[in-house]
Amino acid sequence: MVFDLDRAWDLHPQVSVRPEPFGALLYHFGTRKLSFLKDRGLLSVVQALASAPTARAACAAAGASPDDIPRYARALTVLARGDMLTERRPAE
Amino acid sequence: MTALVDLFEYGLDSPICLTWELTYACNLSCTHCLSSSGRRDPRELSTAEAKAVIDELEAMQVFYVNIGGGEPTVRPDFWELLDYATAHHVGVKFSTNGVRITPENARRLATNDYVDVQISLDGATAEVNDAVRGPGSYDTAMRAMANLADAGMKNFKLSVVCTRHNIPQLDEFKAIADRYGAQLRLTRLRPSGRGADVWDELHPRPEQQRELYDWLVAHGEGVLTGDSFFHLSAFGDPLPGLNLCGAGRVVCLIDPVGDVYACPFAIHDEFLAGNVRGEGGFRDVWRESALFRRLREPQQGGACTSCQFFDTCKGGCMAAKFFTGLPLDGPDPECVQGYGESLLTNRGAIPKASGDHSHQKVRVSIGRPPVSLCEESPLAGAR
Repeated sequence: MVFDLDRAWDLHPQVSVRPEPFGALLYHFGTRKLSFLKDRGLLSVVQALASAPTARAACAAAGASPDDIPRYARALTVLARGDMLTERRPAE
Repeated sequence: MTALVDLFEYGLDSPICLTWELTYACNLSCTHCLSSSGRRDPRELSTAEAKAVIDELEAMQVFYVNIGGGEPTVRPDFWELLDYATAHHVGVKFSTNGVRITPENARRLATNDYVDVQISLDGATAEVNDAVRGPGSYDTAMRAMANLADAGMKNFKLSVVCTRHNIPQLDEFKAIADRYGAQLRLTRLRPSGRGADVWDELHPRPEQQRELYDWLVAHGEGVLTGDSFFHLSAFGDPLPGLNLCGAGRVVCLIDPVGDVYACPFAIHDEFLAGNVRGEGGFRDVWRESALFRRLREPQQGGACTSCQFFDTCKGGCMAAKFFTGLPLDGPDPECVQGYGESLLTNRGAIPKASGDHSHQKVRVSIGRPPVSLCEESPLAGAR
């Protein structure tokens, strides 16, 4: 799956997120794969995806600075490739 | 950048996965049973207590539990607990010898996305398997796998404990798994429970360790190992997985009576952290027990620190050392550099597992008919 920062995304419905001191753990009940978020900032971004019109907007809503965006985009790309994220049609 | 494994070393708010032996009752008497199972323990958690544990796991966001035993499916409330867990967002992977995997039960399992099944088989032929797991157990496992495949269950697991007798059969195991649309899972033979009695004659020979390592490297992530072979990483490149002893850090065990141990292979008072029946429940044991806090501190490598492979093998498996009578801060008994073997010849006393629920094979006649407990003891039934 190709990740586009300017589209709307959400967690895959079979993915469960658990905050941890270092960030968060993600578990996909369909693929049974475990993944992780290495910091709380990234966790805020992931949690903001569902209500933001684009992933870029989710970064902004989570308080990410422009310097953080490339790093978060890379992390989200990995998550999308692992089927942890799905593309979503933005709400009208 | 911090490696994930370094973050895990300090422990997690909740375990990543947790093994829960639901019962010590079992229809089989495998010679290497790590929980010395056979007979049900009368103090076993009740259905209500088990559901309360599931409620806690849901609140702690434990993604899934590995349910085992004993043979978990012989518990009359097994299916009820399975449905309860998955309805409460706790995924279940359960290990079974297949005795209750009828066509009907297989269909039921295939419809639940939050259930995974692991069929135990320790030989690719009946001869090799039944020598360890008992007569008829090969046929039972094969029938269970056929039922699961017929029901449309995809990617269930064929789980094999590696011994010196079945390491020559790795390709055959893979073929069996492929035939049923299952995924092969290989795990390490531990000297735990009754495994301590047969470890010397069953554990892989040194040259077979190399064979196993090469086979695992060749098959990569397609074959699961439950991270149980990280001691083999000292052969070269680390195997896929965490390569870390997760005891008390990312895994633990709840036994049938609610006792919480650091790992499924360490049923001994030395590794007992608490009981889920305690006031703070499982959560307090996981987060507060002195034992788990100690296990989450950086471990001392002891004699291993000067070994160039310490970073990859981390001194191996705590339970394997403990139950072979080796010091915990030294090499694993199956250290591939050979440092464990010399220690084994001079090892100290071997600790006995704390509980033994094995079927009693020998019944001693005492010359009069057996009498009921209440006739023997004035306190029977009072506790």
